[in-house]
Amino acid sequence: MPRTEFSPSIASRPTYAPLRPHGAAPALMLADAEGAEALLELAAADPAVMDRAHLIYIPAGAAHGPRLRDLGAKMYHEAPSFSAALERYRKALLDAKMGTQLYLAGTEGLIGQGLAEALAAGLPADAIQSEHRGSIARRMQCVHCKGITENVTTDPFTCSHCGLTLFVRDHFSRRLGAFQGVCVDAETPGIVPEMKEIKA
Amino acid sequence: MSALELRVAAVEPLSPLVTRFRFEHPAGAALPLFSGGAHIVVEMPDAGVLRRNAYSLISDPMDGSGYEIAVRREDAGRGGSRFMHTQVKPGDTLRVTAPINLFSLDLRAKKHVLIGGGIGITPFLAQLRQLTRLQMPFELHYAARSRAEAAGLALLPDLPQIHVHISEEGNRMDLGAILSGQPLGTHVYTCGPEGLIAAVDDTAARLGWPKGALHSEAFLSPPPGTPFTVTLKSGRTIEVGPHQSLLEALEAAEVEVNWSCRGGACGRCETGVSACHGRIEHHDHWLSDEEKAAQTKIMPCVSRFTGEMLTLDL
Ligand code: FES
Repeated sequence: MPRTEFSPSIASRPTYAPLRPHGAAPALMLADAEGAEALLELAAADPAVMDRAHLIYIPAGAAHGPRLRDLGAKMYHEAPSFSAALERYRKALLDAKMGTQLYLAGTEGLIGQGLAEALAAGLPADAIQSEHRGSIARRMQCVHCKGITENVTTDPFTCSHCGLTLFVRDHFSRRLGAFQGVCVDAETPGIVPEMKEIKA
Repeated sequence: MSALELRVAAVEPLSPLVTRFRFEHPAGAALPLFSGGAHIVVEMPDAGVLRRNAYSLISDPMDGSGYEIAVRREDAGRGGSRFMHTQVKPGDTLRVTAPINLFSLDLRAKKHVLIGGGIGITPFLAQLRQLTRLQMPFELHYAARSRAEAAGLALLPDLPQIHVHISEEGNRMDLGAILSGQPLGTHVYTCGPEGLIAAVDDTAARLGWPKGALHSEAFLSPPPGTPFTVTLKSGRTIEVGPHQSLLEALEAAEVEVNWSCRGGACGRCETGVSACHGRIEHHDHWLSDEEKAAQTKIMPCVSRFTGEMLTLDL
């Protein structure tokens, strides 16, 4: 699956450039599903990028695992979900030294959460690269109840916590790693625009 | 520019070349607090010439009872530091600006590494107090040629995080060792000669450090040069002497120009150039390389001109 091109939006909406290798610098790599293809291309551009890499992959049903493992990262680990990988990812950030490059690849939910953890760990934003691949489903925070709904594919959608009907905004929080969802019928309760599929 | 009239409360030599000055409010009022890395600009009325030099504050940022600076005497300089060393006595009154910080700590950092060369130790003396108060992890590296010249030694507290490197004693600062293995979230601050700042930048780049974690402040005083003339919009011409900056010449001619750092760093004095027949000698750290090449802007606090005619948007 090729890299996703998103249509231009407000400044807060993250954009994703293709990953570029930083040679054999120490690296932390986090990918889910189709994000594996971005790492495969990264390693094809410069195999040395794997020499000191710690790669964490969340297959989410994709079959790229064996090919990723064969790239020869110094450490390779598969996890069934982001929350299952979180403990390891946090430990890797805690142990990392300045000069470490972070590569994030896959869905916006993964990139957003990976970014939020890395920034909280002190990694400067200019040491982080991210490339979007695969599903364009969004991780949304309800601005009313603060609950997070994962894998939102329609606009509006129903908050999985408080049940409000939320409008999908392009406003993104780097701290939370989530887009903001705002009640769509606050002024006209019950009058809700037609539900559409989210576009890139 | 908001200015304060302060009394010189103490003058104390720290080394053959460096002297500490303490300023207090004449009526004992509290002075505005500041943050580590801030500087004040001191006005020096020196035999008909009004000089203004920026000095980092070295006292405790949370102590409003006075401001302290350390001044290194530059005999080859334009006279500001010589004036401070030879003319200023306890009890004198001097005008200084309120503190401004162009070199503050990034408080998002998990750890701070401070690297000071020579008199470049000064901003870190105030930052040390701030970091100690905030209980943030830090290390400080102070490099000097010889112990006799290392005025900072008298001002540094005795803490295990402070490392002194005296090159004459064979204990040179090893930047590779300092920058390797620092934990994620470390920020580095360098103050001192341009060569030291360049060496830190190079070493950090080699070790893969992102630029956003690197901060520096060069001690830039207006370089002397050959005299030149500028033309104002009105057609009036102003002569700039060899030991005068363009900003000083404009001020002496009572032409109003904004300024803050007087060292080519803050951008406040940026002035448009409407015609340039010659070459602007850009000495600032403010304009981009493209802007410098375009010769349509000049920073009068540090930059000069050679050529036939320079017309300013003033
Ligand atoms: S006064 Fe700050 S750049 Fe000139």
